[in-house]
Amino acid sequence: MAKEFVARGADLELKQIRKEFPGFTAIENLDLHVPAGEFFALLGPSGCGKTTTLRLVAGLESPTKGKIFIGGKDVTSTKPHERPVNTVFQSYALFPHMTVLENVAFGLRQRKVADPLAKAKDALNLVQLSHLADRKPQQLSGGQQQRVALARALVNRPSLLLLDEPLGALDLKLRREMQTELKAIQMEVGLTFLHVTHDQEEAMDMADTVAVMNLGRIEQMGAPETLYDRPKTVFVSKFLGQSNLLVGDVTSTSANSISIDVAGNKISVPKNRAEKHKGKIAIGFRPEKATFSSKKPTTSSSKNVIGPGEIIDIRFTGVSNQYLIEVPQLGNITVFAQNMTHFAPIEVGAKVWISWDVENSFGLSDLPAQNEKA
Amino acid sequence: MAFAAFGSSNAPAAAKPTRSGKVVIALLAPGLAYLGAFFLTPLFALIMVSLEVPDPTGGYAEYVPAFEIGNYLYVIGEYLPHILRSFGYALAATVLALLISYPLAYFIGVKARPRPLLQKLMLTLVIAPFFISFLLRTLAWKQIFSNESWIVSSLHDIGLLAPTQYVVGTPFMVIFGLTYNFIPFMTLPLYTSLERLDLRYLEAGSDLYASPTKVFRKVTLPLSMPGIISGTLLTFIPIAGDYINASGDFLGSSSTSMIGNVIESNYLQINDYPSASALSVLLMGVILVLVTFYVKKSGTEDLL
Repeated sequence: MAKEFVARGADLELKQIRKEFPGFTAIENLDLHVPAGEFFALLGPSGCGKTTTLRLVAGLESPTKGKIFIGGKDVTSTKPHERPVNTVFQSYALFPHMTVLENVAFGLRQRKVADPLAKAKDALNLVQLSHLADRKPQQLSGGQQQRVALARALVNRPSLLLLDEPLGALDLKLRREMQTELKAIQMEVGLTFLHVTHDQEEAMDMADTVAVMNLGRIEQMGAPETLYDRPKTVFVSKFLGQSNLLVGDVTSTSANSISIDVAGNKISVPKNRAEKHKGKIAIGFRPEKATFSSKKPTTSSSKNVIGPGEIIDIRFTGVSNQYLIEVPQLGNITVFAQNMTHFAPIEVGAKVWISWDVENSFGLSDLPAQNEKA
Repeated sequence: MAFAAFGSSNAPAAAKPTRSGKVVIALLAPGLAYLGAFFLTPLFALIMVSLEVPDPTGGYAEYVPAFEIGNYLYVIGEYLPHILRSFGYALAATVLALLISYPLAYFIGVKARPRPLLQKLMLTLVIAPFFISFLLRTLAWKQIFSNESWIVSSLHDIGLLAPTQYVVGTPFMVIFGLTYNFIPFMTLPLYTSLERLDLRYLEAGSDLYASPTKVFRKVTLPLSMPGIISGTLLTFIPIAGDYINASGDFLGSSSTSMIGNVIESNYLQINDYPSASALSVLLMGVILVLVTFYVKKSGTEDLL
């Protein structure tokens, strides 16, 4: 049944897009290529221009400059109803004067597709809501409305499906469920999905490729694993998960690594994991990649060690404990430790050394702002 | 009555009035008394009068209580053209007012949203005519289209009107006056419903391959239906009973008399009270039936 909806997804290309609104520039200069059949996420904080990008692709806004191609065809000057694109809106925007079934059949009727009601029923089956076909949207729960909105868009087999934070209004549990479902549907139908979200977990969980957007620009783009393992800018390292950042001048360079000096500590990063090899740079590491011990670990060239520091806060989150460790002259360092075994209790105030593999460090292209805690 | 101390929530539904029940009755009483004294009583009196017969022993314009259904048959036979004309004019004026008001209300309620000042200014302009008496404004139109006016002489000159034809006193003039006078009653309810129209539905419509015309027909129009219904009711009902515009003293003539004019002359000139009352009851009944049918047919009971 799902085969009914399989269509060739088209690729999307944005070239040199600029969008100005009276008083501000939402998108500065955006180049973006989304390959056909991919689940692509645009991730960024509110106001970063991600929703504007989506609206430009849908045709609900027109760019100040630049061109938009869908499946190789220039659609920049076409109207929304002429584009092979459907949107799942953040507010769902289900027509309140129509039944669920009529909502889903709307797009088919407009394009004069034969037998719209039967196809709409199939789409409702796909999202497991066929039993609610005769209800009005107002009578459904948020999660059900979201699925109707998805069916209403999918039923048209668009070359490109746009999702504008469609899970934003749902509670956490439902949200995780819908993520799984959405991903499964995308794999089943093979359409190109462009998903806009501010939830990094959601983006990493579902997307094949994530583009992190900030202030109208794309900061970094890549597979979720790559982005997380090897962020290139301070913004990405902080927006996608948490990071500890240490700033210092490069003091020594070996064949495959460079080292900086941070308040007397030598911190190294592999050369191929650093954006800059000279001058003042920021080196980061993920809280879960570090460990701490109450004795100073033996130094080796494959480990970075800082300390001693004092544990100033312990937060229990279930699967892990989050330790905040104050290291004199370095600031606060966060370390996550999995609660895998029952280990010796450690108290606030304990003195510890922090260590992590050089291999897990990453060097950034920019420096954290002065007022930002490193 | 111990229950009353705990409020109405645990008092049996069919029990004696609780304290809050008494409060509700006390609050409703003035309204009910008003309705009883000034609506139900006159309505009852009107129906009684409509069934009276001339006093066989009395003089001119004296009537006695009876149960003469024939009064209704008489007025239908006598005034059917006026009844039909009233509803015809009311229909024409309502449709015209809708056609004129909808774009206006759409502009104020939707297009002018980013400019609140313009929105307020335009709303004020819609209401502004109310600051001048309805009679004065209607008389002004009579002047504008009077036989000696430059408009009428120009129409004669270019041959759109035959030399013996004039504008005042024609059905056109009456329908024009009715439309003009009732446009605000159409525009305001339309505006209220269009002003609340969520534009995201329109975006969703165009995203789902509907052209702007289709979006209007399939989304905007159905969603503004409550405004259309209340606007048309607020114009159609008073227009059907209007007796100013069609009167010979204003824009009409004897050939444009509506049911309101007939009721007026029966009451005040011929002093045929039973006929006037029968016509009033008839007008009310027909409107009631038409409105019920209209609201049912448009299927918007739940949206109203």
